[in-house]
Amino acid sequence: MTTASAPSLPLDDPAASVRQRRASPLGPTGRRRASETTVGLAMLTPMVIVVLGLVGYPLVLSIWFGFTDTAIGESGEFIGLDNYIANWNDPIFRRTLWNTFNYTVTAVVAKLVLGIVMAVLLAELRSFQRLWRGLFLMPWVVPSSLSVLGWVWMFDAQFSILTWLINSLGLYDGSIRWLGQPGLAMAAVQTVNIWRGAPFFGIMILAGMKTLPRDLLEAATVDGASAWQKFRHVTLPHLRPLLYVVTLFSFVQTMADFQIVWLLTKGGPQNSTHLIATLSFRNAIQTGAIGRGAAVSLFLFPFLLLILALQIRSLRRTDR
Amino acid sequence: MNPRRIRQIRRGIAMTTGLGLLGTFAVFPFIWMVFTSVRPQQDLFQSGNPWAFSSFTWEHYRFLMFETDYFRWLANSAFVAVTSTGLALVIGTFAAYALGRLRFRGAGGVALVVFATYLVPPVLLFIPLNTVVRQLRLTNTLWALVLIYLTFLVPFIAWLLSSYFAGLPRELAEAAQIDGASYLQTMLLVDMPLILPGVVSVFFFAFTLAWQEFLYAFTFLRSSDKYPVSVGVVNELSVGDVQFWGELMAGALLGSIPIVVLFAFLMDYYVEGLTAGAVKG
Repeated sequence: MTTASAPSLPLDDPAASVRQRRASPLGPTGRRRASETTVGLAMLTPMVIVVLGLVGYPLVLSIWFGFTDTAIGESGEFIGLDNYIANWNDPIFRRTLWNTFNYTVTAVVAKLVLGIVMAVLLAELRSFQRLWRGLFLMPWVVPSSLSVLGWVWMFDAQFSILTWLINSLGLYDGSIRWLGQPGLAMAAVQTVNIWRGAPFFGIMILAGMKTLPRDLLEAATVDGASAWQKFRHVTLPHLRPLLYVVTLFSFVQTMADFQIVWLLTKGGPQNSTHLIATLSFRNAIQTGAIGRGAAVSLFLFPFLLLILALQIRSLRRTDR
Repeated sequence: MNPRRIRQIRRGIAMTTGLGLLGTFAVFPFIWMVFTSVRPQQDLFQSGNPWAFSSFTWEHYRFLMFETDYFRWLANSAFVAVTSTGLALVIGTFAAYALGRLRFRGAGGVALVVFATYLVPPVLLFIPLNTVVRQLRLTNTLWALVLIYLTFLVPFIAWLLSSYFAGLPRELAEAAQIDGASYLQTMLLVDMPLILPGVVSVFFFAFTLAWQEFLYAFTFLRSSDKYPVSVGVVNELSVGDVQFWGELMAGALLGSIPIVVLFAFLMDYYVEGLTAGAVKG
């Protein structure tokens, strides 16, 4: 998938300008055709307006907000790094940074592992592969703001089906406040994130496995390799570039997660599940401290840039 | 028994266990939501017996349809998803054609920016965009969502379709141009039909992205008649400590149906959009 099929984009193609000159600038009627550059720029214009106006400008605005004490309804004064210093000295913010790290790393690793298991199971299926693929994809397809409500109900402090299950199995007696105790609440939101995101890994990895040349596996079989050896030494190396890209992609999505935590715990109990997204929402939108909230959300920015750089590097590698 | 037979049995057990466990994990929450949505209120609130089922009832669905703005929310979701995806498809297709098909200086740089924009999460943008929406006097309107959803739909579509366009042979388009076709004609009549499956995948996938969006809608909208399903169910059906669990589950399920139905018919297109989206982008 990564190496074979991706047609190269004009990321850095020195031959492009040469090829450009090859096409005749004159149409059959002798009328001069508009040049490719003119047409290309014209076709890009609407998108450039969207990107500059609705992504570029807001990003700059957010960085500006971060340096000011802007609040809802009033434009603020420049206050330098005060927001960042205040955040840094705020135990809730530090807790949030740790939570975001914990949430992201745990969930991404679990999704990667479950995704591999899912893909291997699907690839091994002789029949009903489509049906199982559809079932596994359900959590990913259904809007998470809606499906998470089902989890809120399943984690209910009094009427939880999960508590009933634990009680019936004799693992623990009595009620469990899934979302009311810090450690459990974090595990709960992570579980829901894993539930929702694992299918993405599974389907991507399955697609990658389908591009694995059959004769490689057959050669390994002839050499007497076991199923595990084949997976470890043939399939996994083949999948490595794909796993890398998918994992990076999931890192961005997971660390920027909002609705799972917001709907399940709103960041509680005792701020034990606040992520950068939920804390910045609370500061900027609910409390109205736009500057402070923007400064919280901007902590994601360096990580985004880092992942972007890694992604682009791997894209360039596969393009060659 | 010979070793081969033993291996087969072991494999069968492993497959059944794996599929059973993962399948239950994936699907049980939905089953539980369905089960919750068709039981009377008193069954839901029985300590120690979450399976209580005295009678079957449509009451929660009836309440949802006749005593809330539910149809309004559905219509809002549909309007926003269709309009923003349609608009994004037009803008994104032109950009994709320019990036994937035409050769000109700076195309590589623009492609990188598109890719970068595609990765920017809403969390980094919702605070300033709230201000932008106010500056444009679009607070609490559906047009705010239509406009703002372009921020993730357009880069997604442009990035994906550009690799489809780039994969096409150039000869057909060159032949058409020698016959006097303009760039626009070549794009619409020669190249577009060739990548139609790609366009369908991208459109469908973008539609689900727009339907699923939550943070922007949750931030920009203030009144029930403007909510899409996701926000309406969350904001209007959980009043204080009394949770209308039956209605909440019913609302969540009904709001998912359009996506699930589309998905059932177009799964291969969806998977194509999904895999191409992350691998090529």
